[in-house]
Amino acid sequence: MTAIALPRPGRRLPLPVVAGTAAVAWLAAWLVEAPAADWLTFSILGLEHGSHFGEAVAFLLEDLPKVLLLLTGIVTLVTLIRGFFPPERVRPLLVGRGLVPGSFAAAGIGVITPFCSCSAVPLFIGFVEAGVPLGVTFAFLIASPMVNEVALVMLWGLFGPGIALAYMAAGLTVAIAGGLVIGRLGLERYVEEYVWELQGRPTATISVSLTWADRLGDAWSYTRTLVRKLLPYLVVGIGIGALIHGYAPTDLVASLGGRSNPLAVPIVVLLAVPMYSNAAGTIPIVQALLGKGLPLGTTLAFMMAVTAISLPEFVILRRVIKLPLLAVFIGVVSTGIVAIGFLFNLFVS
Amino acid sequence: MRTIEVLGSGCPNCRRLEANAREAVTMAGVEAEVRHVTDPREIVSRGVMSTPGLVIDGRVVSAGRIPSAGDIATWLSEAG
Repeated sequence: MTAIALPRPGRRLPLPVVAGTAAVAWLAAWLVEAPAADWLTFSILGLEHGSHFGEAVAFLLEDLPKVLLLLTGIVTLVTLIRGFFPPERVRPLLVGRGLVPGSFAAAGIGVITPFCSCSAVPLFIGFVEAGVPLGVTFAFLIASPMVNEVALVMLWGLFGPGIALAYMAAGLTVAIAGGLVIGRLGLERYVEEYVWELQGRPTATISVSLTWADRLGDAWSYTRTLVRKLLPYLVVGIGIGALIHGYAPTDLVASLGGRSNPLAVPIVVLLAVPMYSNAAGTIPIVQALLGKGLPLGTTLAFMMAVTAISLPEFVILRRVIKLPLLAVFIGVVSTGIVAIGFLFNLFVS
Repeated sequence: MRTIEVLGSGCPNCRRLEANAREAVTMAGVEAEVRHVTDPREIVSRGVMSTPGLVIDGRVVSAGRIPSAGDIATWLSEAG
């Protein structure tokens, strides 16, 4: 942080040069990463192809750089794009819509609008006071942390478009259904009174516009913070993944969490409640579980639950909504996730 | 005397912004009071929904991002 002590130093390289070099370096690393990991494991370390230990080490060496590359590249790019759709700007799109079109729009907008659970309260108040219906507000609150482009692009890069689109469809369905149910139940009286008292005041606008350098700088500093925070979890997650990959018999994971076990979906959702991470952090575990034959529905339910059901966020939301509404919110989201998990297990092989 | 308000819940990002704001005051060499606004009602009343937000002399200059001390110092000396 001390490096930026001078205002706007002129000695920096031109922006296109920096961005271009970074992009080329990223692409080169992406292309050589997998062969390099293989070569290191089997030629340099001399481990045997097909041995438990060799396969586990290869998985670790190949996946850690791969996930790190995907994370840094994609999060930077996506944060840059998201910067153009702050909640202050998308809110007018949701004001005065009916519950059904509003919930669909809110879930969709939730995908591209950045959301940090520490902003949940001002965001909630801001939506409600501007006249966004309660159900529509919740559709946004459910979709935004759960279905975001980071999760989508990571899933796409690691598992292909099928699973990425399945996750998106599942998340949007839970968010829209949640918004519709909460809207229909007429729970407005369980919103703290002071929120309503704020309605109908004029709001200020932000007076400084951002340059591309600002936006790129923001995206890069966000990515650095995120990767630093996630790195220990990634190492542990991929480490566990490597162990599962090399050692755990496929039959064991598949039979414990398999289709034949009807409790698997609710159990993974319960397991996920104390775990909170953003979507990107769940990827290595998801990768390991899918690789060992856990059905898609169970895996997606786990990922959705980790991102959407978060105790700290509930504590924060309690400041604007009363317990009955909070309970309905939690109930609707968990039921939705479990239902989606079951449906995927039933119909997708 | 200038007023700088940091809008936020006290989250790590908000504290980083507050630190940057204090550093900016020193850099710009102005007299300013730095206040941390945590009441969500007051935050929303400034038109900000994504925290942390930054207000200089009643004017919202940023929301949902952490401007560097250098940027804040520039704003401080521009609007002075």
